[in-house]
Amino acid sequence: MSDWARVWPQLLEATWETLYMVGVSALLTVLLGIPLGILLTVTAPGALAPRPLLYRLLGLVVNLGRSLPFIILLVLVAPVTRGVVGTTIGSTAAIVPLTIGAVPFLARLVETSLREVASGKVEAALSMGARRRDVVRTVLLPEARPSLIAGTTVTVVALISYSAMAGAVGGGGLGDFAIRFGYQQFRTDITLLTVVLLLLIVQVLQWAGDHWARRLAHA
Amino acid sequence: MIDLHDVRKVFPARGRSGEVVAVDGVSLRVAAGEFAGVVGPSGSGKSTLVRLVNLLERPTSGSVTVDGRVLTELPDDEVRQARRSIGMVFQHFELLDSRTAAGNVEHPLELAGVGRAERRRRATELLDLVGLGERADAHPGQLSGGQKQRVAIARALAGRPKVLLCDEATSALDQASTTGVLELLRRVRAELGLTVLLITHEMAVVKAVCDSAVLLERGRVVDSGRLSEVLTREHSPLADALLPAPLTDADAGHGGVLLRVTVTDRTPETVVLQTLIGQLGLAVEVAGGSVETVAGGRYGRLLLRATGDLSRLDGALRGLRDDGVLIEPIPRDSGAVATAGADR
Repeated sequence: MSDWARVWPQLLEATWETLYMVGVSALLTVLLGIPLGILLTVTAPGALAPRPLLYRLLGLVVNLGRSLPFIILLVLVAPVTRGVVGTTIGSTAAIVPLTIGAVPFLARLVETSLREVASGKVEAALSMGARRRDVVRTVLLPEARPSLIAGTTVTVVALISYSAMAGAVGGGGLGDFAIRFGYQQFRTDITLLTVVLLLLIVQVLQWAGDHWARRLAHA
Repeated sequence: MIDLHDVRKVFPARGRSGEVVAVDGVSLRVAAGEFAGVVGPSGSGKSTLVRLVNLLERPTSGSVTVDGRVLTELPDDEVRQARRSIGMVFQHFELLDSRTAAGNVEHPLELAGVGRAERRRRATELLDLVGLGERADAHPGQLSGGQKQRVAIARALAGRPKVLLCDEATSALDQASTTGVLELLRRVRAELGLTVLLITHEMAVVKAVCDSAVLLERGRVVDSGRLSEVLTREHSPLADALLPAPLTDADAGHGGVLLRVTVTDRTPETVVLQTLIGQLGLAVEVAGGSVETVAGGRYGRLLLRATGDLSRLDGALRGLRDDGVLIEPIPRDSGAVATAGADR
C-alpha cells in the first residue's frame, strides 16, 4: 500500500481542479444564465415585453445547447476555447465548454422560476406605476429568489458531473483522476474514494442551496 | 373624477377561440368622493372594465378620463405617472411574499423614488391607519386574508391617490373579514376624500358601501344610478339584482290577489297595510319579500296576498299609486312573479 503516498497529492490536486473548474464556470453561468433566463421570460408572447421573434430565436439556441450531449459539445466548442483561453487542454480550458453547456440549462430553469411568479403580482406593480425593469427588479427576481437558488444549485451539481467528462479532453479533475488511477489501473478502491469525494461535494452544495432557499422563503 | 366614454375592449381571436368583446360601448361617470359599485355576473366584463380605468388594459376605442386627464391620450410614461394617483386593490391581495407588510407598503413609494426615511415613516402611518401597526414586520404568509387585504389597501393608499379601484376586494374573504374590510374602505373614503370604484359580484357588498351602482351584462351597462334612486324604481334590473323580487308560486291554490309593493323611505309598507286592512277590511298576509337598510334608507320588495271583499281594491290601488306608493297587482295567469324573480 505504499503507493498511497503517491496517490494522495494527485487526489488533492484533482479535487482542487474540480473545485476550480466548477467554481469559475458556475460563477460565469450565473452571470450569463440569469440574464438570459430573464430575457426569455420577458420576451415570451403575452409577457412584459413580447418579442416573439427574439423569443423563438433564443429558445432555439437554448434548446440546441441543452440537447447536445456534453461530450459532443466539448469537442464542438474546441475552436472557441482555443480562441478564448489559447489552449484546449487543462482545467482553465474546460471552463469554456462547461459554461457554454450550463448557461442554457440554467436559463431554462430561471425562465420557469420567473414564470411561476403570479401574474397578479406583476399587475399590481404595474398598477403602482412600475416600469418593466422595475417589475423585473422588484417583483420577479425577489419573489422567485428561493426557486432561483434551487435552480442554481441543480445547475452547479450538473456542472460537477459535466466536469468529470471534461477530464476526457485533458481538463483534469476528479473524473480524470478516477479514470486514470481507478479504471485504467484496476484500483476499485480509488474509484470508490473518488465517488465518495464527489458525493460529499454534491451533498454539501445541495444542503447549502436548500438551506439558503428555505431561509428566504416566507410563503 | 372617473369618466369613461363609449369604451370598447375587444380581445383578438386566439387559437381556436374567436375574438371576445369584453366591454362593449360603456360610458360611466363617477363623481369626486363617490363610492360607486359595478356589479354583474361573472364574465360580464367587470374586471376588464376596472382595468380600463388605469389602463392596465388599453381600450380598443373610447376615452378614459381620470381627475381631468385623458389617460387614453397620454404617452406610456405619463400613464405610469398617472397610475401613481390611482390606487388598486385586488381579489387575491397580490402582496409580495419576499417583503414584510411594511416593505409591501413601501413598494409603490420606492417606485416613485421616495427616500428611505420618508418611506418608513409613511408605511408606519399607513399601517396604523388600517389597524395593523403592530404587524409591520410580519410577512404576508403570517397574516390572515383580511389582514393581507388591509396591507394591500395601505399599499394602494401609499401614493396619496385620489381614486381607489377595488377588484373583487372582498371576494376571497370570509364574512367577518369582508365586513371589516368594507368598514375600512368606507372609513378611508371619508377620511381621505377618495373616489372609489368597486367591482363585485356580491350584491351585499354594494348594499353595504356604495352610493351608486352600475349593472353590467355581456359588456354593456344594463342599468345604473344612485342606490337611493334605483331602489325606488318599480322595474329596474339593478333593483331586482340588489333586492330580488320574492319568488312565490302565484297559483298555489290560495284565493285572493297578489300585490307587489316596492317599499321606500317615502312610501313605507305601513301606508299600504293601513289602506288594505284598515280601510278595506281585507285580510293581508306577507307572501314573500324583504326590507333592508341600504345607503341609509329603508328599501324592499314585498309580495302581499289580500283576501276578502276585493270589490273596492282597484280604486284603492289607484288612490295609493296617485299618492306615489309603488304597488301593483300581479295577474294570476301571467306567472310574472316567478319570471321577475328568476331573471336576475
